[in-house]
Amino acid sequence: MRESNSNSNSGRVTWEGCSVLLDINDGDRLVFARLSPAAKLKIGNKNCSLQPLIGRAFGTVFQVDNAPEGPCLSPAQVNVNNAEEIGDGQGSHELRDKVNVNNVEEVRDGEVNVESRDNRALVDNNTAQSLTGEDIEAMRRQGARGNEIIEALIANSATFEKKTSFSQEKYRLKKQKKYAPKVLMRRPVARSICEAYFKKYPSKIGFLRVDTLSLLLSMANVSSSSDILVVDTVGGLLTGAVAERLGGTGFVCNSYFGQAPYSMDIVRIFNLSDEICKRILRSPISDLLLPKESSEQILQHDVCNVESQSNDETSASVSMVEISHTSENGISDIGTENTEPALEVRKAPKAGERAQKEVIDLWKENGFSSLIVAAPELDTWTLVKDLLPLLANSAPFAIYHQYLQPLATCMHNLQLGKMAIGLQISEPWLREYQVLPSRTHPCMQMSAFGGYILSGTKICSTANSIAPTE
Amino acid sequence: MDLNTDKMLASDPARKFSFNRTISNGDLVIVYERHDNMKAVTVSEGSVLQNRFGVFKHSEWLGKPFGSKIFSNKGGFVYLLAPTPELWTLVLSHRTQILYIADISFVVMYLEIVPGCLVLESGTGSGSLTTSLARAVAPTGHVYTFDFHEQRAGSARDDFERTGLSSLVTVGVRDIQGEGFPDEFTGSADAVFLDLPQPWLAIPSAAKMLKQDGTLCSFSPCIEQVQRSCEVLQISFTDIRTFEVLLRTYEVREEKLESTQRNGDGSNDSLPCKRRQCSDGGNVIRSPISSVMARPCGEARGHTGYLTFARLRCLI
Repeated sequence: MRESNSNSNSGRVTWEGCSVLLDINDGDRLVFARLSPAAKLKIGNKNCSLQPLIGRAFGTVFQVDNAPEGPCLSPAQVNVNNAEEIGDGQGSHELRDKVNVNNVEEVRDGEVNVESRDNRALVDNNTAQSLTGEDIEAMRRQGARGNEIIEALIANSATFEKKTSFSQEKYRLKKQKKYAPKVLMRRPVARSICEAYFKKYPSKIGFLRVDTLSLLLSMANVSSSSDILVVDTVGGLLTGAVAERLGGTGFVCNSYFGQAPYSMDIVRIFNLSDEICKRILRSPISDLLLPKESSEQILQHDVCNVESQSNDETSASVSMVEISHTSENGISDIGTENTEPALEVRKAPKAGERAQKEVIDLWKENGFSSLIVAAPELDTWTLVKDLLPLLANSAPFAIYHQYLQPLATCMHNLQLGKMAIGLQISEPWLREYQVLPSRTHPCMQMSAFGGYILSGTKICSTANSIAPTE
Repeated sequence: MDLNTDKMLASDPARKFSFNRTISNGDLVIVYERHDNMKAVTVSEGSVLQNRFGVFKHSEWLGKPFGSKIFSNKGGFVYLLAPTPELWTLVLSHRTQILYIADISFVVMYLEIVPGCLVLESGTGSGSLTTSLARAVAPTGHVYTFDFHEQRAGSARDDFERTGLSSLVTVGVRDIQGEGFPDEFTGSADAVFLDLPQPWLAIPSAAKMLKQDGTLCSFSPCIEQVQRSCEVLQISFTDIRTFEVLLRTYEVREEKLESTQRNGDGSNDSLPCKRRQCSDGGNVIRSPISSVMARPCGEARGHTGYLTFARLRCLI
């Protein structure tokens, strides 16, 4: 049933029980859903079954069709050569694509795109459109498709022909969103999950932007067969992203203070194979900090293991409830509209088993390959001071924070304690561009802040004792 | 090449970062002087390393853990670090302009490269990105990278041998702009990365190589290159997006700051400290307060290149 990630071809077609990201009208709405024959999604005022999405390729665009048994999603015809076809392409990219197509000749000739029309004659008095709401409803009843309604709206618009070609496209796009909504089915991977959350629900992921997340993974050298120690209070996004990079090798140890693990709900959104899920373990930091040898402590450790295992079960059921209003019904909508709960529940395999003593002992013996912290609620310096000794010699680490000061203090203390070298605080900056013939410029809106990262390399503690003064 | 030496990736579980991992003959180590001064050295028992801190004998490094501080004959010191793709990017020999960490990280994430992926790249250049691509596809994937410059391809091959990535990377000599990618990869690539002067010439071939919904990235320093690439991309790609990603780094230091605590009515102030007038006329004094402060470094890379991403359009 579940596709293996090692054969990367197979993960490109959906299956029953698989998690998908549905992008409605080019990011207007983003919905995480689990595909099942019973799952339904409300688009506009129509309730559509997600059944037609099963067994389809990721990247497919669906449109809402009126079938005899009600509205249903069907793959939109992609007509590459016909730039006027509204059903192809995607949202604003479609818009820029089309403008591109129309202007290719001009650019080839080295001409500047000169627009002969302008908006001096346009008056916004709400009389331009002669089709009434009743007219459109009547068309619908007669089975008109979204595109036909849009064409009718254009034909009956007194001002459409006077608009510039660019605002004509804008007009089309606006009408398309309303009368012919499109659903793009995307793979839920670290990139798309992070972007979706950052756009719709940034506080849930601690305002961790996708470029910042990518830097954390690089700076901590996340690679196959590594054992990565993680402190993740960003909903499991970091844990999932690390597990995705490990591909079913090594371990990601999701560690936590106290008895209750931090929420890892986002991990379930990734389509991680069972093999990968098994590599996500949880452990209280107190267990990791216990010395390995002392038999007395091991005894205590076992006792508290049993205790907190029962605790774990409670917390597991708690987190299940938590999930119920997000993803247990098969759909987690991070947009604004409501969705109809699906009838059937399909659960992702369980990730985040409690790390057994043998594994913890192995970590204590070898040290972790690296450390990544994304825990804005915890004091950075005390956390790093405790966790750094758990890292193998020469292991890199990367600490994320939304504020600069905790990282500056931590960096200063690491320097004073000669615990690490290559220390650096970096702040990524990401700017997107609109690229159009003769109209290329940075996008008007951008995220002004993606957080800070403190990175460095742990050095041998023995080196300190023999270090001469500099 | 001795297969039992420590290399960049831990694909062999016995080779991974560990408290017990020590330096042995033939290992690649990164010699760290300062954060802006590092060097890659292959340990060879009879050799010495000479720098401004003195002479370091390789023989004295053997058996020491990675991350050790090592002293020279004159008492100067360096650290010996285990190589990672990030450190390698800082020490590799530049045969071309290279990609740095911000672009590299973003490319790997945005191309959705995970273990098991098949990735095509051109040109190879100095292999900075290739090293990170190899890490991302390990242990079961593969990177096929092409450069039209035979000598450069050869040097890259030597580097991948040195960093222990040969089993993950194949370097081919080929003019991708002129000939396209080899037909044997048709429909099999998860991701394609282009760093070419005229990427638009290679885009049709890249589209042919990609799996459905596969991803492409083109890196270009100039906006005119981006412009032309985007025109060609819209024929068979969707989700076309262009980004610029940069890093701002910060300096952290502890500074002594003068306190400006107000002192009662200001008349009984007998301390011989420097004094200043508050805006409201109260006298201010006190011993300095220590404070850790951060500010952006004065200089930074202002531009590397534009990253244009696209996804092969899904035909049903």
